[in-house]
Amino acid sequence: MTTDPKTASVGQDRVRIDGPLKVTGTAPYAFEQPTENPAYLFPLTSTITRGKIRAIDASAARALSGVLEVLTHENAPKLLAKTDTELYILQSRDVHYFGENIGAVVAETQEIARHAASLVRVEYDTEQEDTRFRPEHPERYNPGKINTGIPADSKQGNVEQGLAEAAVTVDEVYATPYEHHNPMEMHSVIAEWDRERLDGVLGVLGERPHLRIHDASQGVSYERLMLLPLLGLLPQQVEISSPYVGGAFGSKGIPHAQVMLTVLAARLMPGRAVKYMLSRQQMFRSVGHRLTTHQRFRLGAAADGTLTAITHDVQQSSSRLKQFAEQTVNATRHLYAAPHRETSTRMVPLDIGPATFMRAPGEFPGMFAQETAMDELAVKLGLDPIELRLRNKPDTDPESGKPHSSHHLGECLKEGARLFGWEKRQAQPRARQEGEWLCGMGVAAATYPRQMTPPTKASVAFREGKYHVGIAAADLGTGAWTVLTQIAADALKVPEEDVVLHIGHTDLPLAFLAGGSTGTYNWGSAVMVAAVNFRDRYGLTPAEGDEAEGSAFFPDEAKKYMLDAYGAHFAEVKVSTVTGEVHVTRLLGVYDPGRIINPRTANSQFIGGMTMGISAALHEESYLDSRPGYGHVVNSDFAGYHIAANADVPDVQARWIEHPDPMFGPTGAKGIGEIGIVGVPAAIGNAIYNATGKRLRELPFTPAKLVE
Amino acid sequence: MKDTPDPGPTFPIALPIQLAVNGKRHQLDLDPRASVLDTLRDRLGVMSVKKGCDHGQCGACTVLADGKRVLSCLCLAASYDGADILTAEGLGTVDQLHPMQQAFLDHDGFQCGYCTPGQICSAVGMLDELAQGMPSHVTPDVRKVAELNDAEIRERMSGNLCRCGAYVNIVSAIREVGQGQAASAALPMPVAREVTR
Repeated sequence: MTTDPKTASVGQDRVRIDGPLKVTGTAPYAFEQPTENPAYLFPLTSTITRGKIRAIDASAARALSGVLEVLTHENAPKLLAKTDTELYILQSRDVHYFGENIGAVVAETQEIARHAASLVRVEYDTEQEDTRFRPEHPERYNPGKINTGIPADSKQGNVEQGLAEAAVTVDEVYATPYEHHNPMEMHSVIAEWDRERLDGVLGVLGERPHLRIHDASQGVSYERLMLLPLLGLLPQQVEISSPYVGGAFGSKGIPHAQVMLTVLAARLMPGRAVKYMLSRQQMFRSVGHRLTTHQRFRLGAAADGTLTAITHDVQQSSSRLKQFAEQTVNATRHLYAAPHRETSTRMVPLDIGPATFMRAPGEFPGMFAQETAMDELAVKLGLDPIELRLRNKPDTDPESGKPHSSHHLGECLKEGARLFGWEKRQAQPRARQEGEWLCGMGVAAATYPRQMTPPTKASVAFREGKYHVGIAAADLGTGAWTVLTQIAADALKVPEEDVVLHIGHTDLPLAFLAGGSTGTYNWGSAVMVAAVNFRDRYGLTPAEGDEAEGSAFFPDEAKKYMLDAYGAHFAEVKVSTVTGEVHVTRLLGVYDPGRIINPRTANSQFIGGMTMGISAALHEESYLDSRPGYGHVVNSDFAGYHIAANADVPDVQARWIEHPDPMFGPTGAKGIGEIGIVGVPAAIGNAIYNATGKRLRELPFTPAKLVE
Repeated sequence: MKDTPDPGPTFPIALPIQLAVNGKRHQLDLDPRASVLDTLRDRLGVMSVKKGCDHGQCGACTVLADGKRVLSCLCLAASYDGADILTAEGLGTVDQLHPMQQAFLDHDGFQCGYCTPGQICSAVGMLDELAQGMPSHVTPDVRKVAELNDAEIRERMSGNLCRCGAYVNIVSAIREVGQGQAASAALPMPVAREVTR
């Protein structure tokens, strides 16, 4: 990093590079990519939950003027390798969940496609289905490993002994609901098959198929890697672009069935682009969700608050079609010290669509349980909840014994308490009332780990006086366009105006996706290495066309440490004694995020996560109708599935304590995209307890649970 | 389920509709089912209006129709014959941003940018409504002219959802524009220039 503050770009407040395009509405998202004479797709989706398709009668649809093709399992192109059960669609008569894509109509216009789809008659042979989540499900199983590749269960010491030794214990069950990501831009795909002429490439003459995809994707490189074995194509035959993404939050992390559906439909009409944007209702069916959890959490503590035991036993939903074993227990293994500790993860298999990553998978549901339980313990001990957390801050990682690369949780808690006016909080519930409103304050810690980062590269090329930096990264609104330009400018020691960034295309160097809050430190590292390689090779006066590549570098020494970001959330709420309605009047987050590349975009990442945390705390729940014959989300639009609106969010502020951490790589930055949501519902729930004396252990905190 | 479904008319119905979009006149033959939103995006290629839910629940498709903010997904094009439609790219351009667009940029009132064109059109229309003295749910006394404050902005902008969570920055941006100028001057009138078919 450039250290001269007069010339450095990193650390400076910069307006978004993509901002002018976005405020004028002219940044082209996937569905808006220029396309000649496109055809439009509307899907056929299953209206049973489990069984087999007996017959499909598409004659009325085919007879409609403007209909180009009806795609079903009967005429779908064959896929090669079944490397992903979610993408291996239309290869059989099987139906795995309600709303599954079982075909599509392609027509000249959206209106005709939608109307024609309603004319297709499907007959089924139904089979006994099961969509009702219950923790004691007879077929629940141990997944062995959870998503981050670590064991599903852990055990240290003897928790029964630890609980027996405790002066005070907490033993409660916490639950989190199904949630849906609801990015404002619905998943959108344009797919077009063409022929590529091989004029003697490798001595081969003739033609081969070429597939071009415009997608709303968190990472085109890994999307292509996932599609190739199914399609039986070489990397050179598939091109994916995704320069702008209208929000994702995990739902566009890996390709879902709608990508394959559009690709298969387009295969039937080579040379013609097929476009498909999901409806809001369809987003609730087949592009992933946050799974539902049932979590038993136990804490034991000595009279001074020192923890003697922590246990966390999780049962969570799973699709029979494809497992997603969320790392709900992860934060419990690392946040607080205790000699006796145990965690377990069990999956409940159901006939529902696959779950996927949703902002802070694992940490979000797990920390709701842990940080609510800690508050309950503080109440029982008569101890300030901040003091309880400080007393149990571990000196080294409780599970591995490794030292932390950096650990500033205590600073976040203390600084947050000072900024928030924590000293004004009354420990006794119902101590503050203003008219019909009971007021209270709550706190929760936040943590988010350094995630694995598969290979990632970047390139620097000198053309026409500019440094063109290429990496197949994605900007979902995170600020990647801007912060990667800042990092490149400093690494090349040039002004930002001399850097031209290229992202979101498979022709660019392979990059890991925008996920796990890795973007800035992972892509940033690759960009820095490419810049250093470029300068080493060509010096300060490169010639036209000079180019160098680099791979993301992380120090070997990092393996000796535990790497995490930390934070603390402070909430103030008022709860109506008349209606049970909760208002979050203030929310403050204080973070330990390593180096901040751009304070403006970083602040938006933090307050964005916190706002989504308010949304999850107060509103969000997908109601699955699990009666026989159903199995779909009944509130599948914004009228039924509420997300926080402007009036829900009066005062949300983020602060940070900047300690660059070189173990996270040369940028010194930790991940900031997800930690903003971690623990927020617990902080709000703890504030509700402080206000009302009612302890809520199930999200969301809707009025019915609080009305007096 | 045994009945053969009626496929409806097999001949295409087309209605002649005239729309002025961002100052450009268009004479169109439209499917009577076509919304203003789909007409703008799929027929005219005007992508500065966004589809977020198609049900009038998210606000991403907000445009100014004859100066008033409307949800274009709920407007059938056939019932907007002759209307002047203004989208975000009609308010200002990358080289010459509208004051509201500049304020959203300055206050980082967005992240992914997908709800942003609708937020900006809505904010411009909202300030105009406020200037005309229209009350809202949070106006303390509906007999008096509502004043510009954060509570009014939040309430009046709650029809425009932002999943990235930029609300507090959106409010700062709108407050700055609202305080900085007479709200009625924030709305440039569209000028019809040419007819294309």
